[in-house]
Amino acid sequence: MSIQVKDICKQFGDFVALDKVSLDFPTGELVALLGPSGCGKTTLLRIIAGLEQADSGQVLLDGDDASGTHVRERQVGFVFQHYALFRHMTVFDNVAFGMRMKPRPQRPSEKQIRAKVHDLLKLVQLDWLADRFPAQLSGGQRQRIALARALAVEPRVLLLDEPFGALDAKVRKELRRWLRNLHDELHITSIFVTHDQEEALEVADRVVLMNQGHVEQIGTPEEVYRQPATPFVYGFLGSVNLFRGRIDGETVRVGEDVLPHEANELEHGAEVVAFARPHELDVVPDAHSDAGVAARITRILAFGVTARVELDGLNGAGGQHFEVELTRERVAHLNLVEGQSVRLVPSRLKVFERNGTTGASA
Amino acid sequence: MAATRTFRVLPGFHLTLGYTLAYLSLIVLLPLAAVFLKTASLSLAEFWAVVSAPRVVATYKLSFGMSLAAAAINAVFGLMLAWSLVRYTFPGKRLIDALVDLPFALPTAVAGIALTALYAKNGWLGQYLEPLGIQVAFKPQGVLVALVFIGLPFVVRTVQPILEDLDTELEEAAASLGAQRWQIFRHVILPVLLPALLTGFALAFARAVGEYGSVIFIAGNIPMVSEITPLMIITKLEQYDYSGATAIAVVMLLLSFTLLLAINGLQAWTAKRTGRDR
Repeated sequence: MSIQVKDICKQFGDFVALDKVSLDFPTGELVALLGPSGCGKTTLLRIIAGLEQADSGQVLLDGDDASGTHVRERQVGFVFQHYALFRHMTVFDNVAFGMRMKPRPQRPSEKQIRAKVHDLLKLVQLDWLADRFPAQLSGGQRQRIALARALAVEPRVLLLDEPFGALDAKVRKELRRWLRNLHDELHITSIFVTHDQEEALEVADRVVLMNQGHVEQIGTPEEVYRQPATPFVYGFLGSVNLFRGRIDGETVRVGEDVLPHEANELEHGAEVVAFARPHELDVVPDAHSDAGVAARITRILAFGVTARVELDGLNGAGGQHFEVELTRERVAHLNLVEGQSVRLVPSRLKVFERNGTTGASA
Repeated sequence: MAATRTFRVLPGFHLTLGYTLAYLSLIVLLPLAAVFLKTASLSLAEFWAVVSAPRVVATYKLSFGMSLAAAAINAVFGLMLAWSLVRYTFPGKRLIDALVDLPFALPTAVAGIALTALYAKNGWLGQYLEPLGIQVAFKPQGVLVALVFIGLPFVVRTVQPILEDLDTELEEAAASLGAQRWQIFRHVILPVLLPALLTGFALAFARAVGEYGSVIFIAGNIPMVSEITPLMIITKLEQYDYSGATAIAVVMLLLSFTLLLAINGLQAWTAKRTGRDR
């Protein structure tokens, strides 16, 4: 089932949580709402579920306006960050809850309920825990039970609020893959909220980036990572090096230093921020060369597949930190040592005007 | 054996246990033992004659019946009161919250006199109830009113903290699974509150059984109709019948103990059934 939200506004006192947000969630997709805490993503999810009411705007479920309906009529499965399992019920009773609460004419027989619960527990691979109480389960198991419970009422959409937020890193990674597989099996329209960019990029078909109540960009994980539309998106997805400067012909001038920049859609003299990922920067040992930005190596971390070089900016980029990813061979070849003065030369630079959101890349 | 000795995180287990037992013996068990010892001065036949006298049996019925009824009423309305205090904000909420404890602080005789003045035939409330054929003061109903009054704080104060800790996410989860309001209350909220509610019930009941001051003013103390067991004991004492008084006290103690034990058992059972003891 498709979900549409139109011009949703929501305020808590003076705080604007959502400011005219309009989005389309196509049928069968797994969409991630990604953003820093306080960006409004959870509020949006709760409004879609009907747990919260928007100040204005509409929620359309399958094309029908659902804004006025109660959460129990919307047929949405909601999974909470802290599981919200009923701790006085066994795992079995938790999963059976939704079916048992149905009005008598629609309620399945106890035998049907039993069969369905066991099917769902098999689906989440926890059939052997049916008689336990939630307190006896691990966090990852609890969240899978919560998901089985939400699926038991055959929801039209599945909404997950930071589903892996309370779990430790290893379990989180496992569950991510598991959720993806489950979605490929069920193809139920799903939205999940997360502040973890890796999680969003890895699991979702489509990522919605939100910041301060606005949608910054919508796209596939590759699109938003490769072609960030705004400085916020660029900075939020992955590590990034940032240079503040001014357009000067075919260069970006950072203090006395210059960075090559070929695209010229930006006016001469425009104030800009330029971004480069760690692997898009190269280190040139010659401190007297003209190209690039002067910096001093503070630390070389060479334990991984690639070496990470951390630097402090000098001159125009003084007080800033940079991170460069080089192959180990390159580090050895250049004879880099900690404390050495070098120059940073970007192979690719993404430039945004300082006060606008228009971008141009070189 | 030294090899199997366990080390506790907190020191002083023996000291604490010894202190607890000594204290409990001195404060609780010793006076109770004295009651039993004094009773033992009666022969079995005499004892039975005292405790099974029709007038005394009538007081057991009234005392325990009304105490259970009052505790039940308090369980229902105390829960409602706690619910409103936790879930809603309204002007004067803190004031009402403070008022709840007043029955604790008020000398019970004052409460009794105030209630009697209210419910007597010419009292503020009594004058309107009288034409309707409802008599409260100097009737068994009066006993009930007094016992409800003094037992209210117990239920409110035991349920309130549990209700405050109750996560609203649980209710949201239940609603998203299609549960109606009353189903959420019945299947999600009540089971969580039940142990605390039972504790409050037991406390209110225990207090009501032992209550004397507020009841004797409003009850009228008519033999066979509105006499409570503690009054019976006082009556015996006033006649210098000490062993008779302690005999009735023994029966009261045993009855209360049995009932409280039963409530505790019920609590343990609900805990087990809902997985809290594991």
